[in-house]
Amino acid sequence: MTSINCRKLLFEMMMIRRMEELSLELYTKEKIRGFLHLYVGQEALVTGVMSLLRKEDNVMATYREHAHALLKGVPLSSIMAEMFGKSQGCSKGRGGSMHLFSKEHRFFGGNAIVGAGLPQAVGLAFASLSQNVKRNTVVFFGEGAVAEGIFHESLNLASLWNIPVIFICENNLYAMGTSLERSQAQTELTKKAQVHNVISQAGDGMDVFDVIEKTRQALSYVEEKKKPYFLEFKTYRFRPHSMFDPELYRSKKEIESWKKSDPILKLRVHLLDREMITEVEIKKMEDDIELLMQEAVLFADKSPLEPVTDLEKNLYEDVL
Amino acid sequence: MKMSYRDALREGIQTALDSDPRVFIMGEDVGAYGGTYAVTKGFLNKYGPNRIFDAPLSEAGFTGLGIGAALGGLRPVIEIMTVNFSLLALDQILNSAALLHHMSGGQFSVPLVIRMTTGGGRQLGAQHSHSLEGWYAHIPGLKILTPSNVEDARSSLYFALTNPNPVLIFEHALLLNTIEEVPDQPCRIHPFKGLVKKQGEDLTLITYGGMVNRSLEACSRFSSVEVIDLRCLRPLDSEIIFNSVRKTHKALIVDEGWRSCSLSAEISARIMETCFYDLHLPVERICRKEVPIPYARHLELAAIPQVDDIALKIKEMLA
Repeated sequence: MTSINCRKLLFEMMMIRRMEELSLELYTKEKIRGFLHLYVGQEALVTGVMSLLRKEDNVMATYREHAHALLKGVPLSSIMAEMFGKSQGCSKGRGGSMHLFSKEHRFFGGNAIVGAGLPQAVGLAFASLSQNVKRNTVVFFGEGAVAEGIFHESLNLASLWNIPVIFICENNLYAMGTSLERSQAQTELTKKAQVHNVISQAGDGMDVFDVIEKTRQALSYVEEKKKPYFLEFKTYRFRPHSMFDPELYRSKKEIESWKKSDPILKLRVHLLDREMITEVEIKKMEDDIELLMQEAVLFADKSPLEPVTDLEKNLYEDVL
Repeated sequence: MKMSYRDALREGIQTALDSDPRVFIMGEDVGAYGGTYAVTKGFLNKYGPNRIFDAPLSEAGFTGLGIGAALGGLRPVIEIMTVNFSLLALDQILNSAALLHHMSGGQFSVPLVIRMTTGGGRQLGAQHSHSLEGWYAHIPGLKILTPSNVEDARSSLYFALTNPNPVLIFEHALLLNTIEEVPDQPCRIHPFKGLVKKQGEDLTLITYGGMVNRSLEACSRFSSVEVIDLRCLRPLDSEIIFNSVRKTHKALIVDEGWRSCSLSAEISARIMETCFYDLHLPVERICRKEVPIPYARHLELAAIPQVDDIALKIKEMLA
């Protein structure tokens, strides 16, 4: 991995962290309302996967998807404006934090029904395959989704019909407040994919290099074999599930111990140790990120509200 | 020429497959078995396994696949064996297909067609006799077609595929063997609109789907009842109802669905809101009884509106 790529990874992970922390600040200031699910702690996972995807690839994600939208190319300003409920938001204020969409960037949401994106991703990949279009389809979901029947239906369909889709399980160990071992009799998630004859692999979601390596293997397998692939990355969210979560289900000690494997810290140390970056350069990144954040917040603040007279628009697509 | 409702559906599907390579058929037993109701019999051989997909019993899975395929540029025609099983796919239909266009600020459209059979009357018991099309009509973002005759059965898929939105087509199981005289070429008139099936001056009977033929039969016993076939439950063609009620001053709704919080309640409310002073009588409704549909023949007949029930009510209202 070249130093430029590594710097880009660090920059993106730091940017996600700052975007999420800033969203929290803006939530307490009541600029952002509704549900807000933060990706703090999980940055390496999405950054590693997205570093290998192209503009023409399809991505579907969950309601914890600000970072996925950002790295798929959706401008930070339009993500922020969306969370502010403004007309220049990427979903025109109809979606909010959980429903970011961008047709231009082939970012298909932003789905707040656990598991619902899985069959749709299979359908997207099916469409690419049958149209002979060369593009990857990647769907992200939490480990909570493996408890849903739709998870198994989707893996079976993709496997049965050789549909090349990459299923990426972001295993942050808790489905809201229910830990994996309290909800699943089989906690080795790769086994759940194997029963559908889907090749699977687990990786360290706190290590961006491991994520990249495993994702690269998945992409080349899918491209060559035209079959689905299941990746499980263990990760941890440092923040509560949402803004309404008092975190009764896990200890401070557990959270602190996971923070020792903070993926951003780990990457920083890795790069500094190898003199691939300097403290001054990291500080410069922080400043650049801060500027981008300020610009986005200003944009979101200034963006007009959608007129209420347009409320009932866009219910149906016009007949051409 | 003479054509059955089943053959009309077959013609519609074949026309779609022949005219648009993006169209594919996916559902349970649509291929090797030939379709539960023999609607797609022979299609697997004719069109091959890249157009006709026998899906596993995963209604949510293959409906979701259809949504994704529609987002990806194809024109999926998903067959859910019956409306009863569509409840297993309800999350995909409601939370994704119906919402995506609006929720994405108008960016994504879901040109997905879902066909399913509906209705009771064949002693199949409570879990195979639902009539939930009015229920689906509650959902903004969907369009709901209910072909009640051979001509509409021929055209409904064409209507659906020429519309870039999720369209649900409810084909009534009791109509499949109906044979009617139709023109050589499909008429394809008034998509997503109602039609006056019989002109009249004294009473407006509003109905759709499997109840249309029963209503027409009941009305044949009276000289001047106007019968409206809604054909499409969403968008609901209010104007055709209002125009008729303003003329006849009496309205009767015949709906195979349950009465409470229903399509018939919606139509009644709309008439009241718009035609209150035109009415000479309160709006009346004939619906299925508010029970799970029983198996025993005599009980099932009593639970679902029959020709005599309709005729009796008309007689009362005309008295």
